[in-house]
Amino acid sequence: MSAQAFRSIKDIPLEEYFTPGHRACQGCGETIAVRHILKAAGPDVIVVNATGCLEVISSPYPYTAWAVPWYHVAFENAAAVASGIEAALKVLTRKNLISGKKIHVVCFAGDGGTADIGFQALSGALERGHDFLYVCLDNEAYMNTGIQRSSSTPYGAWTTTSPPGKVKPAGQMTYKKDLPSIFAAHGIPYVATATVAYPLDLINKAKKGLEVEGPAYLHVYTPCSPGWRIPSEKVVQVSRLGVQTGMFLIYEVENGQLRLTVKPSRRKPVTEYLKMQGRFRHLSDEDVERIQRLVDERCAKFGLPPLEAST
Amino acid sequence: MGKRISIECAHAASLAVKLANVDVIAAYPITPQTHIVERLAEYVANGELDAEYINVESEHSAMSACIGASAAGARVYTSTAGQGLALMHEMLFIAAGNRLPIVMGVANRSLSPNLNIWGDQSDMMASRDCGWIQIYAENAQEVFDHTLQAFKIAEDERVLLPVAVCFDGFHVTHVIEPLITLDQEEVDRFLPKHRKAVYKLTPDQPSTWGPVAGPDIQTELKVQNEWALNSSKDVILEVWREFGDLFGRYYAPLETYKVEDADAVILILGGFAGTGRVAIDKMREEGKKIGLVKLRLYRPFPIQEVKDLLTRVKAVAVVDRAISAGGLGGPVYGDIRNILYDEEHRPKVLSFIAGLGGRDITVKDFKRIGEKVLDVAAKGHSEHKVDFIQVRI
Repeated sequence: MSAQAFRSIKDIPLEEYFTPGHRACQGCGETIAVRHILKAAGPDVIVVNATGCLEVISSPYPYTAWAVPWYHVAFENAAAVASGIEAALKVLTRKNLISGKKIHVVCFAGDGGTADIGFQALSGALERGHDFLYVCLDNEAYMNTGIQRSSSTPYGAWTTTSPPGKVKPAGQMTYKKDLPSIFAAHGIPYVATATVAYPLDLINKAKKGLEVEGPAYLHVYTPCSPGWRIPSEKVVQVSRLGVQTGMFLIYEVENGQLRLTVKPSRRKPVTEYLKMQGRFRHLSDEDVERIQRLVDERCAKFGLPPLEAST
Repeated sequence: MGKRISIECAHAASLAVKLANVDVIAAYPITPQTHIVERLAEYVANGELDAEYINVESEHSAMSACIGASAAGARVYTSTAGQGLALMHEMLFIAAGNRLPIVMGVANRSLSPNLNIWGDQSDMMASRDCGWIQIYAENAQEVFDHTLQAFKIAEDERVLLPVAVCFDGFHVTHVIEPLITLDQEEVDRFLPKHRKAVYKLTPDQPSTWGPVAGPDIQTELKVQNEWALNSSKDVILEVWREFGDLFGRYYAPLETYKVEDADAVILILGGFAGTGRVAIDKMREEGKKIGLVKLRLYRPFPIQEVKDLLTRVKAVAVVDRAISAGGLGGPVYGDIRNILYDEEHRPKVLSFIAGLGGRDITVKDFKRIGEKVLDVAAKGHSEHKVDFIQVRI
């Protein structure tokens, strides 16, 4: 593993490529992630953005928040568009039709654009080995259209299309699709997870993903204030609790080797994470126990310490 | 000088793409288009063509990758057919709306159901309003010439629009025909060796593409696309003229056959024009005053040329290889009837639908169509309903 490019917050570049004035909600998790990832990329980048919150809040014609070249085509094909851009840069460089400087290609898509509608296009692009960084901004539902469930919505979450009711008391009755594992199984050089509460970890992973030759997948947990029913000032706190409770596992898979990069020394019970969010308010004690059990099992596999309360 | 060779029409498209020195090809296999991209893959593998060949996982991604590559400044080609074109449908509008000079070969194929790999034009007709320039070719020479010309038209600064070169699946794609090729030097005199991208995604000049546009601006943006497509016609004619001056083969939006003194004409797109001409000859031998019109340029629609020609005859039979569902006949029939409506001397216009799912349109069929349209021309009135040719029910 190469040395960390950014060792402290002071190392993070001051330049802004995702600029203020956009229309995101206060405390928006994904804009924090995007701002940091672009700082890792620098100016020589082309961004492809799947349809979603990020695209809508950043590009109401004729305004733009993007100080770098940015292309939104549609919802399901960011990875395919990026494939074309990467191929073009490669061949135009080879033919000396553009300067030889390295231009990064970065995709931003939400969890719907990655786990559901854009899944095939991303799988294809990873398999073909295009040199690009794909960033999934996971806020665990279709937030842009008004909080509908995706296959990345966790068990027990309320959304407008997984409302808790007599027949389906937990709301979302299915389990979150494990995207990082699926994309790691493509055998690409770099896969990592991150969240906005740990910006150094996030920006270093973005840097590494950009620098590897071939495709890199970065999965960022980005809490959503309106969608998760949390106050805007609690977004980062919820993000941190996600890690401390083991709800978010923060790791990287480099050439097949998995390594936890943020490893809480003590693990908090999931209730601390769940109770902060209105989307889990309806859960019964049994539901919470079930979620705790699942998190415990997963944490054990990843070598995280057992639950604080039980030690 | 180019040689006279025999070649499968699909490979005539591949050869033109190679001579056009494309940078990026993104394609997905689908019959009857596959021979085009197979040959291109060989060119790339052998080093005869220096291009990135993206083996995408669907046609939707094929067009998406073309969109990305074209936006980044590359010269781009893909080809597809039938279901593949239908899967691309969403992206076709974005390619045109974003003013990307992509060239695509369409090996026209029937749409499912039922699974049918053979030719008709229902695929492109279902996407005809996508904002692309659409040209229909009849034989290997036209496939070759129109494919080469398409790059020059598409990339012209006054156009910047994608071009679809359409030709019938199997009846054209899989037929071996004579072709007068061009050598690289000749092509280079006609088409710049590389695309000069005026607008592209580059860190040297950051720009925002594909933004959100609300009710306050969408109309203006859509209208500008329509203007761009309409005004591309002048450039198309200019490029065809230049090509003719260089190589001696001239093209026009309409190609006519024995129409000068005709009372009635048959109008068709694509490969069956050849069979149509044979039928016209036979009917002429019988003293019937009938001619044939082949519509080469379908979008932008050659409104004035069609008006000028068809207002001189008494009746027109439009033969569509597609159905515009819901009782309105064929899509081309609708277009023709539409533009003639306000003309003082307008002919009767009859709709015939034939050649669906690869069925032949025979000389006999054309003669039957000819007799009907001549009858209407003679009587001066029509009780014609949409006529489906060779239906066994």
